[in-house]
Amino acid sequence: MTIATLTKPWEAMSYGFLDASAKRELRRKMLKAIAVPGCQMPYASREVPMARGWGTGGLQVTLTLLRPSSVVKVIDQGADDSVNAASIRSFLSKVSGARETWDTLEATIIQSRHRIPEERLRADQVLVLQVPNPEPLRPVEPNMSVARQMHADADYGRLWLILYEQIVRSGRVMQGAAYPSLVNGRHVMTPSPIPRWDVPKLHMAQHLTFLSAGREKRLYAVPPFTRVEPLVFSDVPFQVEDHAALTCHRSGLTGYFMNEIPQGGGGSQFELSDSNLGIKAIRQAEGAEARVGSTWYENGKMPQ
Amino acid sequence: MIATAPPLALQAPQLMTTPPLLTMTGVSRRYGDVVALRDVSATVYPGEVLGIVGESGSGKSTLLRMMNLEDMPDAGDYRLALPDLPGNLFDLDRFARRMLCATRIGIVYQNPHLGLLMKHTSSGNVAERLLIAGERSFAALRGRAREALDASEFPLDRMDARPLELSGGMQQRVQLAKAIALEPVLLLLDEPTTGLDVSVQALVLDTLKRLQRDRAMTIVIVSHDLGVIRTMADRVMVMRRGRVVEQGLADQIFQDPQHDYTQQLVHAKL
Ligand SMILES: Nc1ncnc2c1ncn2[C@@H]1O[C@H](COP(=O)(O)OP(=O)(O)OP(=O)(O)O)[C@@H](O)[C@H]1O
Ligand SMILES: [Mg+2]
Repeated sequence: MTIATLTKPWEAMSYGFLDASAKRELRRKMLKAIAVPGCQMPYASREVPMARGWGTGGLQVTLTLLRPSSVVKVIDQGADDSVNAASIRSFLSKVSGARETWDTLEATIIQSRHRIPEERLRADQVLVLQVPNPEPLRPVEPNMSVARQMHADADYGRLWLILYEQIVRSGRVMQGAAYPSLVNGRHVMTPSPIPRWDVPKLHMAQHLTFLSAGREKRLYAVPPFTRVEPLVFSDVPFQVEDHAALTCHRSGLTGYFMNEIPQGGGGSQFELSDSNLGIKAIRQAEGAEARVGSTWYENGKMPQ
Repeated sequence: MIATAPPLALQAPQLMTTPPLLTMTGVSRRYGDVVALRDVSATVYPGEVLGIVGESGSGKSTLLRMMNLEDMPDAGDYRLALPDLPGNLFDLDRFARRMLCATRIGIVYQNPHLGLLMKHTSSGNVAERLLIAGERSFAALRGRAREALDASEFPLDRMDARPLELSGGMQQRVQLAKAIALEPVLLLLDEPTTGLDVSVQALVLDTLKRLQRDRAMTIVIVSHDLGVIRTMADRVMVMRRGRVVEQGLADQIFQDPQHDYTQQLVHAKL
């Protein structure tokens, strides 16, 4: 008997980069996360060829879900062409054979940092959000094992207390991104650093969302058709960012989340944050063929 | 009248015809080698103030923690006359226990750090109680926090200051406001005035007495200061080394102590 008969033949890397046991562990945790919506599941978090904090959590989930027939889109702050998004996307395609795309409608898996696309996601699509800090209780309870007990007890009084004190101090809720939201009436999650604008998109959505933090080694999920309710007082309505009336200076679209671009004279211009939506709108206006799907927001309003 | 009646050791006042609000039977608790409570039983009637006195380490605070369901005994039975919770409260699950002590029982600790979130606002500390009980209207939270602080005679212009920045007396008033915000059936006070200087102590006691009178609250107050117990309590329980050594009407205990230890206590004070 020789070593060669006991070992597998040499391969450049295993399919989807992660080895089979890593993927199996992740899949189990992902199934658990779906079973208990919004509840953080610890996982092993393997090494990937990227520094922690750059989306390694999202990357591991995406690698586990990919297959050669997948079509993958990666966005960073809404843009497909930023360095980080482009290199993650090409890495994903290289290790899995999945096709790359910028088009939200075409993608089967979308990995994202900071944004949910403006076009509605369908039941056959999966959204993977990169999360830097998965623990909504961190600001009120630095001890993580106590925080876990608080989740078990659904003891969220102090999260509400933070909102109460923001209103007392500033007259309004100051929480911008990562707005704490109650999932399925049970667990409060922090929906990654997406703006408030994107939080209502998760509520009763058709698609499956995974949220994964590589450094903190936790993942959680919002399964399709699950309630996601931002914590709000009954007499202080939830407000998204005041972007409904802004117009994108490149595409001419109005009623979506915008990036502000400061101008020389002290004023500012606005540009669609979902850059692919802007590109498609410009193509359409130029008479080229481009399909724009239905969007979550209509005329700057989210229909109930 | 009552003082001249024959001693009714270990008996509740006979005038009380209503059933007790609180009944504790055979509660024991040990921590390693230390027996903190030995077969302690207690009864408190609605609207009554029960005072608990005893030397340091006699188990007073431990007993109060049991009444607040913060700690579980090794053995014992604990009931409150609540129609929705008829059984032994020590058998409740974690979640029910937490709900019960957040909504039906109020507590003031000697050490405000135990009872308050020092880095949050005072009104927020009171509001948190209401939030746990499910209040979701900001205006109602604000209003009810203000009311409770006002009832505790806390200066309202400081209601959004952090307890960290307040005097000891004010901190105790925030604790008190938090304890009474949900109009609990039972108010537990663990040395609420110890550590305050005498004039502040008198003011806080005044507030407590007024609250008790206005709201006919049922109170269990622990103190090693017989003066405090004398001003507040209707009935007194004397503890020593984890046991109840004597109990009876306050006047009776103070004028005609039966147990050696109680006699020493009373005479040392007088
Ligand atoms: N969590 C605990 N762990 C270990 N021992 C404890 C604990 N709690 C109380 N004890 C012990 O139980 C005994 C009773 O303590 P307790 O705090 O009830 O006394 P006390 O009557 O309130 O005293 P004091 O007047 O000093 O406040 C003490 O010997 C104490 O050391
Ligand atoms: Mg004590």
